[in-house]
Amino acid sequence: MTAPVVTGPVVTRPVVTGPVVTGIGIAAPTGLGTEEHWRATLAGRPSIRRITRFDPAPYPSQLAGEVTGFEPADHLPSRLIPQTDHMTRLALVAAAEALADAEVANGDMPEFDMGVVTAASAGGFEFGQNELEKLWSKGSHHVSAYQSFAWFYAVNTGQISIRHGMRGPSGVVVSDQSGGLDAIAHARRHLRKGTKLVVTGGVDGSICPWGWLGQLASNRLSTSQDLDQAYLPFDTRACGHVAGEGGALLIVEDGEAAAERGARKLYGQISGYAATFDPKPGTGREPALRRAILGALADAGAGPDEVDVVFADAAGLPRLDHEEATAINAVFGPGGVPVTAPKTMTGRLYAGAASLDVATALLAIRDQVIPPTINVSPDPRLALDLVTGEPRSASLRTALVLARGYGGFNSALVVQAVNGQRTK
Amino acid sequence: MATITIDDLRRIFEDVAGADEGVNLDGDIIDTEFAELGYDSIAVLEAVGQIRRDYGISVDEDALAEVHTPRSLLELLHAYSG
Repeated sequence: MTAPVVTGPVVTRPVVTGPVVTGIGIAAPTGLGTEEHWRATLAGRPSIRRITRFDPAPYPSQLAGEVTGFEPADHLPSRLIPQTDHMTRLALVAAAEALADAEVANGDMPEFDMGVVTAASAGGFEFGQNELEKLWSKGSHHVSAYQSFAWFYAVNTGQISIRHGMRGPSGVVVSDQSGGLDAIAHARRHLRKGTKLVVTGGVDGSICPWGWLGQLASNRLSTSQDLDQAYLPFDTRACGHVAGEGGALLIVEDGEAAAERGARKLYGQISGYAATFDPKPGTGREPALRRAILGALADAGAGPDEVDVVFADAAGLPRLDHEEATAINAVFGPGGVPVTAPKTMTGRLYAGAASLDVATALLAIRDQVIPPTINVSPDPRLALDLVTGEPRSASLRTALVLARGYGGFNSALVVQAVNGQRTK
Repeated sequence: MATITIDDLRRIFEDVAGADEGVNLDGDIIDTEFAELGYDSIAVLEAVGQIRRDYGISVDEDALAEVHTPRSLLELLHAYSG
């Protein structure tokens, strides 16, 4: 193999085999854009507030983590606006940011070498609700032709694929909050089969009355009106979660392909992953999260002592928090690893949550600092070393991200620094 | 009933489907293929839906398969508006 020609500053790195992250794009309540998100996350800035996307007064849950200050026309061509739901617009902006960050422009690579795998939960529900309202109130001829795909849960994959000329293997996974990790794992499968680059992760959101009803049905939404106390995972006051919108998209490439094209940013490598499914409720069998953690570590070839930080799922309900803490402690020992839940700032973003945690974990590794969990006073009985209040400087090489989806999904993903530096 | 014109089409397409960057809708587009104007078949369907609501002209959707330019769409609309 000939040495890659690198323009700009020459960075000497070992060529990594396997999937590496070369670009990040974020649209989240904490910020539109990676660095805005990261600054707010390190500052512990809360972004949960009373819902503005619709009037929440008639509903028991009235808080959400919304992406504020987003003007679609400032970011997207007018052709895309009439045919997209709010969450697709956010996804398109995040995808464009991630590709720009990776310095990949349309046409740089053969179109069949690039794919898109996103996670979704509901689809474009706000768009869908508007069209269904027209159907009921005015008749079928008032329904937009764009309804045919705009509310479909695979729409983000399709729109990103079309906009960026990516015709390689693509798809969508639907596994609630686990989806953000499952999508990245599926992207990894495509890389193994020869695809060069995949846009992956999740950007989600259905903060509209129709979406809200579906979320309320889970009985997991907090009904607290107190911005600082509505979502308190691992706290004795835990009372459910606040929902949010947004997420993150990553550019994942085969390490050798990334080196060949001279990719300049290597945020980290996707080293390990496993997914498990919980046993039927009432059987008394152990929840399957511990097995997911062990599976991901085994896949990464890493022992528990190599993990420097855990980004928790942080369900915010006592039973689920206890299950997660028990699984973490079973693998790492009580208080044996720093744990954090920056999603206390944003609420739970469903399919967007876990890829945002992966992006945040990669930024934590880049800057050697663990972002905090806010508002929470950790329940001492859970015996977690929860990073609260302030960010914590730490030597970070390996991060574990956990995600659990409604209905029994458990996923765990290990990301590691590429350069091998570790001072711990 | 008002006769629908190329200017009406320009306005309706821009309203319901936006305008592609790099396409000058104000230019001489009457014989330009919709695909070249950045409008796919769903955009045409969306515009035809709006025309039905605004002008009361409903066309046979199967006939749309043969419509590829503003001129052919206008001809179809005129045929159905009689």
